[in-house]
Amino acid sequence: MLDTLLFVVFPYVALAIGIVGTIYRYLTNQYSFTSLSSQFLENELQFWSSTLWHYGILPTTVIHLAGFTIPKVMAALHSTPELLYLSELAGKVLGVMALVGVAIMIVRRLTFTKIRAVTTPVDWIILILLFGQVFFGLILAFAYRWGATWFIHTATPWMVSLAAFQPDPQYITALPLAHKVHFFTGFLLFALMPFSRLVHLATFPLPYLWRRFQLVIWTRRKVV
Amino acid sequence: MRVRSQVSMVFHLDKCIGCHTCSIACKNIWTDRPGAEYMWWNNVETKPGVGFPTQWEDQEKYHGGWELEGTPKNPALKLKLQNRLQTLGNLFSNPAMPTMDDYYEPWTYNYGDLFNAPLGNDQPTARPISRVDGKPIEIESGPNWDDDLGGSNIYALNDPLLKDMSEDEKLRLFSIEQLFYFYMPRICNHCLNAACVAACPSGAIYKRAEDGVVLINQDKCRGWRMCVSACPYKKTYYNWSTGKSEKCILCYPRLETGQPPACFHSCVGRIRYLGALLYDADQIADAVKVPDDQLVQRQREIILDPHDPEVIAAAKASGVPDRVIVAAQNSPVYRYVKEWELALPLHPEYRTLPMLFYVPPLLPVINSTQENGTQRVETELFTSLDKARMPIRYMSLTLAAGNDELVVKSYKKMIAVRIFKRYETVGDVTKEEADAALAEAGMSAEEAEAIYRLTSLPTYQERFVIPPYSREGDIEEVYDPQQRKAEAGFGRQQAPQRGF
Repeated sequence: MLDTLLFVVFPYVALAIGIVGTIYRYLTNQYSFTSLSSQFLENELQFWSSTLWHYGILPTTVIHLAGFTIPKVMAALHSTPELLYLSELAGKVLGVMALVGVAIMIVRRLTFTKIRAVTTPVDWIILILLFGQVFFGLILAFAYRWGATWFIHTATPWMVSLAAFQPDPQYITALPLAHKVHFFTGFLLFALMPFSRLVHLATFPLPYLWRRFQLVIWTRRKVV
Repeated sequence: MRVRSQVSMVFHLDKCIGCHTCSIACKNIWTDRPGAEYMWWNNVETKPGVGFPTQWEDQEKYHGGWELEGTPKNPALKLKLQNRLQTLGNLFSNPAMPTMDDYYEPWTYNYGDLFNAPLGNDQPTARPISRVDGKPIEIESGPNWDDDLGGSNIYALNDPLLKDMSEDEKLRLFSIEQLFYFYMPRICNHCLNAACVAACPSGAIYKRAEDGVVLINQDKCRGWRMCVSACPYKKTYYNWSTGKSEKCILCYPRLETGQPPACFHSCVGRIRYLGALLYDADQIADAVKVPDDQLVQRQREIILDPHDPEVIAAAKASGVPDRVIVAAQNSPVYRYVKEWELALPLHPEYRTLPMLFYVPPLLPVINSTQENGTQRVETELFTSLDKARMPIRYMSLTLAAGNDELVVKSYKKMIAVRIFKRYETVGDVTKEEADAALAEAGMSAEEAEAIYRLTSLPTYQERFVIPPYSREGDIEEVYDPQQRKAEAGFGRQQAPQRGF
């Protein structure tokens, strides 16, 4: 019963809240979409925390998503023991980078009074959840080795079943508690996106790569 | 030819008395908010000096503006900060980001202590407290910390421009009987080739085509902070509270209602002029690729003669309203910049084509070599540029990318105007001397008179020729006026509050 609630009902609720909420916030309060950077107030720890965190977590997230969407390609990528060993190592390095990054973030926000002045309760919730998420992710990586392989046979079919609207939690219900915490927090973070600064994820400025340098805008002629 | 109109500015530095009224007018209207206290969209610097933020002219530190790469024959322009891919890579931590320490930590005083202190033998004091975290602070810097060369042996010596000057020139600046300094009010230059616009990853910064005002769309800004580093003048500021960047908006709500910006309006010395310039947008790309010493001349070439029938026809074809063309013909900025070539852009070598121009300061008119501390007014004053106190080199590094010739030309005219008027009004200078000065400067008596009038006696209407904003043409006649009224307000309907 609890498994159904946590791994069938909750993922849908979380996704709905995350997507609808973010779109709603974008439409009604685009002004609030910002990274809320505090680099201006403190620069040195910001470099280490933010760089380690983002360069660790972004590839990790992309690899997770790839595991859900193109499992065959991912399986092919670690088809030999050497490749498997390499992807295992890469995953762990990225995870540790992210964990160190988020740990420095927490220390930084606790230490500098100026940074604390621009920290909201939601920031703390997000920071602690992110730390926990990466922490449990690393526990899985270190305690249950060869995650690159078992991921594709547990989490992937579960996510595919969710995506196909034929939710089947049996792929993961037998997994240990640490896994379940990791899954749950993942969706929880998604649900919290529209209520936190995490929305800046949705505005990654990729079009900068090809947009014109100078922007000149004419007043729009209103036609009624 | 693609003609556009730009609301441009001239600051006459000889008239600036350094009173900071412009800064206060701006502060009271726009930046008296949490997160914006430290911003001075308009600030007044004492030069030589470090400026605000500290050493903003040091582009090796801040990486602002553009630079040329490639061969001299086939030059390419690139942002000094980073290329496009690096921009995305540096989103998480901007490597050239100035921090609050480069500006100053805004403070207030704990005034409550004055009233709530318990009865005692000591006078209660109001301690300074930070406006960021509310903690007591030691005040160690401010927006005009080295005002009037205060502490110049510590601060002004750090002026980045001085490293390009000889020891002798430096010595002249700071020895007590040859002292020279001037005030430099600075606002956003509303550049034609703005580096902040180009560096913004979100594409939130744009130039208004009608009047050239550069604005940051607060809804689109995501706080990536690249504009702060990329602007070589450090005139975009990051609001640490709202997580958005902000900059001078040239008081566009005032411009649209026919009023000059608040800093212009309130200027005590009446140093500020505002008017439209017509320019050829097609030439921008080439004009920013010429060698340093040609930049000013090239920028003047982009600016078109609004009296030229060809230009007028092209302007009409490009959609510039007739009344804007008329405003451009009456523009005091056009006269200073193009007709008289008195005003020069600030640091043209940043290659952003700034549209705020400065008439270099001639004051103090006292020579640097005085005999017995006296000087004969009629013969020695205004006569020799070589003996003048203001260092040509410093001015050319500031206003002409190191091209002394341009500054000298401007100065010769200003000196000639003074000698000419002295001949006319006081009469202790002969006509021959006055004519010789005019000839040396290469101008006519009429031009000298015109410069004199626009410099010394301009009316409010002559200083500010604001092009009419034909906003009535922007809406259909069937548009409900009530609805128009409700929608036409500037600014946001919701308070600029920090996101979650």
